[in-house]
Amino acid sequence: MSTTESEISGVILATLAKDIRLEWRSKDAINSMLFFSLLVVVVFSFSFDPNAEESRQIAGGLIWVAFLFAAVVALNQTWTRELRNQVLDAYRVSPAPANALFLAKAFGNFIFVTLLEALMTPLFVVFYKLRALGPGWQLILVAGFGTWALVVNGTFFAAMSLRTRSREIMLPLLLFPISIPALLSMVEATTAILTGETNARFWIVLLATYDVMFTTACLALFPRVLEAE
Amino acid sequence: MKKAFPLLALLTAALLGYALYQALVVAPREQTMGDVQRIFYYHVPSAWTAFLLFFINFLASVQFLVRPNEKLDRIAGWVAIAVGAICCVADFAIRDLPSGMHHGSIATTGLAVTALYFAIRKLFSEPGVDILALVTAEVGVVFCTVVLVTGPLWARPVWGIWWTWDIRLTSTLVLWLIYVSYLLLRRFSTSGETPVLAAALAVFGALDVPLVYFSIWFFRTQHPQPVIGGGGAIDPRMLRVLMINWLAFLCFAFLVCWSRYRLERVQRDVEETQALEALLEPRSAVQ
Amino acid sequence: MNYLYAAYAATWAIHITYLATLVRRHNRLKREIAELKPGLPR
Repeated sequence: MSTTESEISGVILATLAKDIRLEWRSKDAINSMLFFSLLVVVVFSFSFDPNAEESRQIAGGLIWVAFLFAAVVALNQTWTRELRNQVLDAYRVSPAPANALFLAKAFGNFIFVTLLEALMTPLFVVFYKLRALGPGWQLILVAGFGTWALVVNGTFFAAMSLRTRSREIMLPLLLFPISIPALLSMVEATTAILTGETNARFWIVLLATYDVMFTTACLALFPRVLEAE
Repeated sequence: MKKAFPLLALLTAALLGYALYQALVVAPREQTMGDVQRIFYYHVPSAWTAFLLFFINFLASVQFLVRPNEKLDRIAGWVAIAVGAICCVADFAIRDLPSGMHHGSIATTGLAVTALYFAIRKLFSEPGVDILALVTAEVGVVFCTVVLVTGPLWARPVWGIWWTWDIRLTSTLVLWLIYVSYLLLRRFSTSGETPVLAAALAVFGALDVPLVYFSIWFFRTQHPQPVIGGGGAIDPRMLRVLMINWLAFLCFAFLVCWSRYRLERVQRDVEETQALEALLEPRSAVQ
Repeated sequence: MNYLYAAYAATWAIHITYLATLVRRHNRLKREIAELKPGLPR
């Protein structure tokens, strides 16, 4: 049992390290996405110019929509490198469990999107003069659970969209409807924490439940999807 | 079986006509809302039919995913039996039911789920189950569209607004979005294994449903919204008309699904034949 | 009152539109079957 576990985590770490190394060397994906995130924040700031009181009410929604778009851009290129070099076929015939590949990709995306969020958040705080009136530490929980919710399903749907026409638009088309409960939770939790008016606990628990349910579902179904591609 | 179709179509049309008469003429006039309330007799049965069709889609998708694997197939069968058993136990065990529910309704629902699962398993072959999933998703989206159109048409004269984040209406909207994305995946996927991908998406969609419901429910407790359709007990005469309309729409949905199923079957046969032809005659395929 | 009739009309408009697409696909299929080689079974 322990050998299989160490095998799986070995594969995950190796794949993850490879992805990070490749991204760091090429840097084109990172740079374009960083710039895209900055653009999103600026455009939103031009569109909405509320005072401090109002901005706490709407910032939750704005921020998560911005994160969502940045995440989709990141997710879309999850598998393209593998597709280019027929790496997926190699994975299919290798003895490594398919879920190791999935988790590696999901973790990579999670790290990447979290990085984008970490860069966009200060900009939002500055442009909207934000200050959390509620328990600010809970925002880390919301960000963590929320990002994972988007990333785990996004990685899965990116794999499903690999062989579709209009691949780039298919990912958000599949991801957004399923993510609605998670998005609602993220926005409501963030607003609750910023305004301090209500308790974010229910939303955080719902997010955690969403994460558990869909991580399980992704892990259960990914091997079938990998075969199918 | 095919000969029965025209007769069934006629009977269904008659039933629909009778149901319409019941809804417009026989049903009592509602006190506060007036005649507009009669939209209820089309809105609610369409919603129930859509949910039933989506549920069948879920069962069919699960079947499609587990059937190739004997062990999973058996496990799924036991889960279906367990659902029925648990509902029966729950029905006897729970003293105070939520308002509007009668004793026996939970047990019946649970057993119906089990029966439906095994019926699908018995009646449909492996490719047939995939067609069933496609058909129920399509027809379900049609009925769901009806719900989303009649809802605002009811809300506007009664509440003065076209839309409200009412839990039923919003859940229906999300369900509609999920299944439209399902149909889009089916249409745009060029993979040879589209049915597997679609089945996986259907399972995801089904898992999402309780989460959607809870998230909107809590959202509404924080931001109260007007409720379309009203809660509470329903006049038994209205209930009768509602059930007649539901029965009529169920029959209609059944016939539409059946037609669509046959159409899809023939379409797949034709495509297979065309592919065979292309293989056997390389010269004509090159043009 | 108008809303009531609009709702009922919209319901049937939606259903009839869908049925119309089914009929169109059916006719297209029949044409394709006719185009297939006559030697093939029915």
